[in-house]
Amino acid sequence: MKIPVSAIRLPNRPGREYKSRFDREQSMLRMLATPIASVILASMVTTLPVFSAGPLLPPFGLLMFLSWRLMRPGLWPIWSGVPFGLMDDLFSGQPFGSAGLLWSLAMLIVEIIDSRAIWRDYLRDWLIAALLIMAVLLGGWWIAGIAHAAPEPMVLFPQIILSILLYPLVVRICARLDRWRLAT
Amino acid sequence: MAPPPHRRSGFSRKAQYSLFVTYVVAIAGTIVAALLLTISVVDPAGFSALRILGTEVTAPVARVVSKAQQSTQAITHSISAYINAASKNVTLEKELKASRNAFIEVRALRIENDRLRGLLNLSDGDMQQVAVGRLISSTASSTRRIATLSIGRNFGVERAQPVRGPAGLIGRVIETGPTTARVLLVTDSENLVPVMRASDGLPAFSAGLGNGFVLIKPLNLGENPFKVGDIIITSGNGGLYGANIPFARVIRKTSDGALGLPFADPANTPYAIVMKPYLEEARTEQQMLAPDGETKEVAE
Repeated sequence: MKIPVSAIRLPNRPGREYKSRFDREQSMLRMLATPIASVILASMVTTLPVFSAGPLLPPFGLLMFLSWRLMRPGLWPIWSGVPFGLMDDLFSGQPFGSAGLLWSLAMLIVEIIDSRAIWRDYLRDWLIAALLIMAVLLGGWWIAGIAHAAPEPMVLFPQIILSILLYPLVVRICARLDRWRLAT
Repeated sequence: MAPPPHRRSGFSRKAQYSLFVTYVVAIAGTIVAALLLTISVVDPAGFSALRILGTEVTAPVARVVSKAQQSTQAITHSISAYINAASKNVTLEKELKASRNAFIEVRALRIENDRLRGLLNLSDGDMQQVAVGRLISSTASSTRRIATLSIGRNFGVERAQPVRGPAGLIGRVIETGPTTARVLLVTDSENLVPVMRASDGLPAFSAGLGNGFVLIKPLNLGENPFKVGDIIITSGNGGLYGANIPFARVIRKTSDGALGLPFADPANTPYAIVMKPYLEEARTEQQMLAPDGETKEVAE
């Protein structure tokens, strides 16, 4: 039974195990904030003291963003690539606006794919994500090359492979978060 | 997974319009992002305030984690020091005796060198240090090689100051915040360092390759004079990086130069020293003519 707001008495509130198991509602804050916070925190991974000789750390923010998008279509608004991308630019070291543009384009591409193909399965999700990750990383390299001197594109190869292989793990983390977020 | 039903808006005008508006916003947002990108390509320092804000906000966590990393490294180091302690002690004592003699010779040479320089009236650049900090993070997911330093303007760190570690040159400061600074590492493609071979002073310059190595090219092209194992040090040309800072070791010859591995590894350097620009006055004059932001720095 749903308890009306006026009836909630904090001190005597029954413990969870005695409450009705039916018709409970999930926390609104948890439902909305979990995906957003997870993407932002994943973008912030680069600020941890991880030193690599070349670009090796996968773009966790992008992986998280894409897996939410592919796992839960309709969760992100279509324009959400811009704010999340700009947030990622603050921490990635790329020229500001590079991820804002690339993530937004990735979002539009997934939208086009969704409007053509009605059903996607897990492997096809992975394929879409792999192509988008590759495109975004190469795009980031190209943009960094316009603004500054850029290294050979081959330095990106290990990072691309690692990111594609890590995508399933990130989807699983997303699925766990999703279950927790929607639990009542 | 099937697309959600709200994509098909049906006959509701409101739903149709709101779907249309999200598309308009998405396209407009993409264009705005492209404009921001154009601005930051034209003026790379333009959004440094925002980036510094991001670094400042996340710096406390990075500081704590890097401190923890360092102390675990120290623990493993002190444990491994006990292994073969006696034989290590004997070799170290021998080495100490040998290097003590060498040190005395070097000191005598330095005094002689100073005297000769005094006779010739050669002015020396200053190698004063500004502050000592630690590297707390790096852009490990981007093709740019930039590290974050744990100190900033609060310790007098400013733009275009060279940074070195105990092992060798690390890079130069490109952006500063109140308590953090961003350092362009020598392995970044944009960082050109004037260097020379330690054995004979052969002038060369080094450019980063973005993968942890640097490409060292001699100034006078022709036959490739480098050998594997050559020690490369900075030459002090250009007035930014000081002279005689250990820089890299040649690990492979290439068609027009050599591949070098920098001595300073940002992952392992216990501290980073920010120094004053080598020839500050000369450099200021040069910057008045051709500032860094407007013309690209070519082999300083």
